[in-house]
Amino acid sequence: MDIARRNNVTVTGNPQGRAVVLAHGFGCDQNMWRLTLPALAEDYRVVLFDYVGSGRSDAAAFSEDRYASLTGYAQDVVEVCEALDLRDAVFVGHSVSAMIGVLAAGMAPGRIGAHVMVAPSPRYIDDDGYHGGFSTEDIDELLASLESNYLGWSAAMAPVIMGNGDRPELGEELKNSFCATDPDMARVFARTTFLSDSRDDLKSVRVSTLVLECTQDVIAPREVGAFVHQAIPGSTLITLEATGHCPHLSAPGATNKAITEFLAAL
Amino acid sequence: MMCRTGQQPDPHDADDEKISNAAFAALLEDSAEELYESAPCGYLSTLMDGTIAKVNTTLLTWLGMEREAVVGRMRFTDLLTVGGKLYLETHFAPLLRMQGEISAIALEIKQTDGGRMPVLVSSAIKHGSTGEPMLIRTTVFDARDRRAYEEELLRGRKAAEEARKQAEADRARLQDALAVLQQSLLPDTLPKVPGVETAAYYHTAHPDRLGGDFYDVFPIDGKRFGFFLGDVCGKGPQAAALTSLTRYTLRAAALHDPDPVSALTTLNTVLHERYAGSGDPRYCTVVFGTLEPDPDSGQVAVHLAAGGHPPVITVRADGTAGYLPTPGGLLVGVLPFARFTAATTVLAPGDMLLLYTDGITEARTGEDRTSLYGDEALLAFAADHAGKPPPAAIQALTGLLNSFGDGLDDDTALLALGVPTPDPLTRSSQ
Repeated sequence: MDIARRNNVTVTGNPQGRAVVLAHGFGCDQNMWRLTLPALAEDYRVVLFDYVGSGRSDAAAFSEDRYASLTGYAQDVVEVCEALDLRDAVFVGHSVSAMIGVLAAGMAPGRIGAHVMVAPSPRYIDDDGYHGGFSTEDIDELLASLESNYLGWSAAMAPVIMGNGDRPELGEELKNSFCATDPDMARVFARTTFLSDSRDDLKSVRVSTLVLECTQDVIAPREVGAFVHQAIPGSTLITLEATGHCPHLSAPGATNKAITEFLAAL
Repeated sequence: MMCRTGQQPDPHDADDEKISNAAFAALLEDSAEELYESAPCGYLSTLMDGTIAKVNTTLLTWLGMEREAVVGRMRFTDLLTVGGKLYLETHFAPLLRMQGEISAIALEIKQTDGGRMPVLVSSAIKHGSTGEPMLIRTTVFDARDRRAYEEELLRGRKAAEEARKQAEADRARLQDALAVLQQSLLPDTLPKVPGVETAAYYHTAHPDRLGGDFYDVFPIDGKRFGFFLGDVCGKGPQAAALTSLTRYTLRAAALHDPDPVSALTTLNTVLHERYAGSGDPRYCTVVFGTLEPDPDSGQVAVHLAAGGHPPVITVRADGTAGYLPTPGGLLVGVLPFARFTAATTVLAPGDMLLLYTDGITEARTGEDRTSLYGDEALLAFAADHAGKPPPAAIQALTGLLNSFGDGLDDDTALLALGVPTPDPLTRSSQ
């Protein structure tokens, strides 16, 4: 199988540099890293990809069974690493991707040598002594709205893309992004993401890890950032002066500084 | 107006002017501020972190909230349902950042009375003089009607999907039933006839695979076997029903009296009785015969009769082929009393009897119906394959049928009955 085509793999930056894999979370695709890439390209070999079912991945490779668990997505990461024969790469995962990276590191020892977790969350639903930010009812409501609001989620992005007359290249770029792709696949990713519980997996992390959180993040609140930091021995936690769930877009300067300083110190 | 330049305004014009002045005054009343507050859509300005800095009365009314509770205290995300919040963070906000604007996204706002109101949200980022993002301007449109319409579409889509699944299931069931029926019209395999080798092929042109041609080989008594091949008028279910009646009538008639003319006469009576008065007169053409192998000589005696059917071809071991004429036979089932012509022949080792329907001879070999394959060509083709065992001959004929492509637009049945040549070892030992 052509993994590079299946996962729409892009390799760029400095071919002699250490490999840095940028992994998008639930939402868009590798375009999310557009403001991060320039900060890394000079010194690192940067690998971008789309999970199957997102962005410009090969939709034919999608399987509801495989992607019903984060392991399926981790398998994508392992296969990308193997296809490029990456060793000791730094895995930069946004949101649920940080957890996918932890699973992938366990599945393919030696491939991933450090983690950068951007707004990670190992579990979205509150639990005894754990504040995930959402109640079971919240997530049920989300999943139900995904089921019922079929048109809203699938067709909503079309006007966005159509409305890009003054920047046609952007429309072209986004045309096949998650936002416009098969809502059935997005639904699977949403279900897998928001019902996941990877808290126990964090304990297995033995490599250098940087945890980045935002001051105000509805999806991954401060408590979650603290939990991840405490669960991973020796990890570093940085709270970015940023709001929302995507600091690499809303506060690219601070995010890039934190990442590059961490990479330089490895 | 142009043509009145310089004229005194008439009294009617003065009235009009008063009215338009009043309208204009009302327009002036509708200040930009008034327009903002009471616009038929919600307005919202937030800081880049989502904190609400300004909101209009329309939106506050929809929310059922006081301005003081919202401005500076809430963020845009706080107005949304959980699904909306997640959508905002995972899709809306990133795309807004990347594009600077985003339009007509379907979300739901929470109302203080517990209700949810579907809205369409558009946002644009206002940049400062140095290009840095300053604030986000958002318009919120009432999408309740649109949502109702979408749900109607969704219901329609689901109903269509259900109907499609049902139709597919029905179709599968029908195909199964058809397959069973089809087997009742054509034998799965031909029975073993001592001293005779048989082969058959059936090409159906009907999409339901309910053809109008038929054939069969079956035992009559200890020493004789019956065979027939024919063509009913028409195609599809009605033709299939006629085929079924014909097939079982011939089998039963042959058991009663194996004489070919007698069997066809019985069939004629049955079909005429069934169809002549039905308002849908139907008939068939058929060759019916018996095979009587002689174990001593290795030869097979053939007795046959035909009703309105093309004559069978005898293919001899010496490489010749000829028609076995059955002239004057009438279509079966048309008249209450019909005459059928009998013929006999003997098949020696290496000889073969070839029965066929007119699908093969009437296959088009040119652009239109003026150039058909024809009787002579078939006879020549049969002669070319003389001496071959029936399966090989049928295989060659199948290849011929395939070569017609679209030119073959009718059902075609082929039945070959041959006497095997003793193999050289057996022959030398005799």
